[in-house]
Amino acid sequence: MMGGTALMAWSVALPLIGAVLSLLVGRAGVRLVAGVASVATLIASSLVAWEVSTQGVLRQQLGGWGAPLGIEWRADGLAALMLLTIAVVGPLISVHALDHLGDREDREFLPLWLFIWCALNALVLSADAFNLYVTLELTTLGAVSLIVVRRDLPGLDAGLRYLLFALPGSLCYLLGIAFLYGAYATLDVGMLAQRVQSGPVTWVAAGLVTVGLCLKTPLFPLHVWLPPTYTGAPTPVTALLSALISKGSFYVLLRLWLEVFAPVLDAEVGQLLGLLGAVAVLWGSVLALSQTQLKRVVAYSSVAQIGYMFLVFPMATSGARAGVIYLVVSHAAAKASMFVAVGNIHQAVGITELGGVQGLAYRMPFTFLAMALGGISLIGIPPSGGFIAKWLLLNESIGTQQWWWALVLLGGSLLAAAYVFRILRGSFLPLPPGVTVRSIPLGNELAPLALALIALLLGLVPWFPLDLLAVGASR
Amino acid sequence: MNPWAVYALSGVAMFSVGLVGLFSHQHVVKRILASNIAGSGVLIVLVALARRAPSGVPDPVPHALVLTGIVVSVSSTALGVALARRMARLRADAARASEPPPGSGGEGP
Repeated sequence: MMGGTALMAWSVALPLIGAVLSLLVGRAGVRLVAGVASVATLIASSLVAWEVSTQGVLRQQLGGWGAPLGIEWRADGLAALMLLTIAVVGPLISVHALDHLGDREDREFLPLWLFIWCALNALVLSADAFNLYVTLELTTLGAVSLIVVRRDLPGLDAGLRYLLFALPGSLCYLLGIAFLYGAYATLDVGMLAQRVQSGPVTWVAAGLVTVGLCLKTPLFPLHVWLPPTYTGAPTPVTALLSALISKGSFYVLLRLWLEVFAPVLDAEVGQLLGLLGAVAVLWGSVLALSQTQLKRVVAYSSVAQIGYMFLVFPMATSGARAGVIYLVVSHAAAKASMFVAVGNIHQAVGITELGGVQGLAYRMPFTFLAMALGGISLIGIPPSGGFIAKWLLLNESIGTQQWWWALVLLGGSLLAAAYVFRILRGSFLPLPPGVTVRSIPLGNELAPLALALIALLLGLVPWFPLDLLAVGASR
Repeated sequence: MNPWAVYALSGVAMFSVGLVGLFSHQHVVKRILASNIAGSGVLIVLVALARRAPSGVPDPVPHALVLTGIVVSVSSTALGVALARRMARLRADAARASEPPPGSGGEGP
C-alpha cells in the first residue's frame, strides 16, 4: 500500500514526467501521453484527497531533510481540495483547447499545461515560504509561455504585459520573505506561524507579501493588467489563467494571512482588505456590465469574483474561510465553463462583440446551457457552488455583525445577474440573416457543459468538499 | 551603522529604484532591465541577511536562496527579452506590409 506521503510526491511528479515525455514523443503521441499523464495525476490527486479525508493532515519532508533546513510539503483539507479542483478543471479546459487552437499550438499547449499543473500542485502542497516563491515563478513563466502560444501580436502583447506585472509581484513577495527570514530565521510556514509577533518588521513583510500577491491575483486597484491580458490571450489559456493560475497566488495569500500573519490581522487591516475586495466586486461588475466585447464581460467578472475572495479577511472565521474556499473552487469551474463557452462562440461565428451571440442559443444549445449554468453559479442562485459560498459568507457577515459585507454580496449578485442575462438575452433573439454558424466539434460543446455541471454539483452535494476543507483548519 | 545594514539598505534602495523604473517606462526592454535591478536589490538584501549569525559564521540558507533567485531571474529575463524581440520583428513585418513597395507608389490597384 502506497503511503499518502508518496502520493503527494506523485501528484507533482506525474504531470512533470508527462510534460517531458510529451515533448519527446513528437507530434503523434502528444495527446496520448498527455491524456495518460492527466488521468494518472487525477488518480494521484484523488487518492491524496481520500487519505487526507480519512487520516488527516499529511506531511512529507523532501529528500528526508526536515524543516528548518529542508523543505516540508503538507496536505491539509484545503490543499487536497485545490489538488482535486486543478485535476478536474484543468484537463476539461485542455480538452477544449485541442480543437480550439491550431495543430501546432495544440502540440505546445499540452506540455506547457502539464508543466503548469506540476508547478501548481507543488505550490498547493508546499509549506515553505521560499519554495512557494519558486513555484509561483514557475507558474508565471509557464503561464506567459501559454499566453504567447499563438505567436501573434495580441498574444505577445498580453504575455509581456502579464510578465511585467507578475515580476514585480514576485519580487515584492520575495523581499517580504527575506524580511521574515531575517527576523524569525525560518522559512517553514508552520514554524513562522509559531514565531511571528506583531511588530514593524512583520508589518513591512506582511505588506510586501500582500502587495506582491495582490498584483498577481489581482486585487483592485492592481487589476489594470487583467482585462487586456485576458482578452489578448487565446481563450483556453484565459480560462486556465482565470480558473486556476490566479487562484495559485490567492491560495498563498490565504495560507499566509490565516496561518503566519494571524497575529497582525487586526480589525483595521482586515477591513482594508475587505474594502478593496468590496470595491473590486462593485467596480468589476459595473465595468463588466458596460463592455461591448463578450470576452471582456467575462474578464471583468473575474475582477469582481476575486473581490469576494478578499471578504474572508475582515471576518476571519472558520465559516468565512470555508465560504471563500468554496468560492475559489466553484468560481474555477463556473468561470472556466464561461470562458470555454466564449471560445466556442468565437469559433462558431468569428464575432467578438457581445451582439455576436444573437440567435446562437438555438444553434449551440450545449454551449449556452453551460453559459447559463456557469452564470447561475457566478450570480449565486441555488443550487450552485456560488450559492453555497455566498450563503456561508452572508451568514458570517451577519454572525460577526458586519452587515455592510452582506450588502456587497447582494449588490454584486444583482450586478452579476445583469451582465449574465445580458449575454443570455441576446442568444435567444432570432439569428440575424447572413450569419454563418460553423459547426464545432462535440467535445468542445460538451467541455463547458461538464465544467458548468461541476459548479452545479458543488451546490447539490456540498458535504464532501466542506468536510474536506475543514481538515487541519487552524481556525 | 553595521556594514550589513548598509548593504541591506542599499538593497532596499535598489529594489525601490527598479520598481519605480518598471512602472514609469513604456519601453519593454527598459522595463525588463528595471525588473532586473529590482531583483538584484532583493538578492543583495538576502546576502546582507546572511551575516546575521552572532558566531560570525555566515548563514548558508540565504546564499542558497540567492542562487535560486539568480536562476529564476535569468529565466524570466530571457523569456521577457525573447518575447520583446519577437514582438519587435512582428511589428516591423506589419509595418513593412502596410506601406507600399518602393517604385509602385501612387499607382492605383
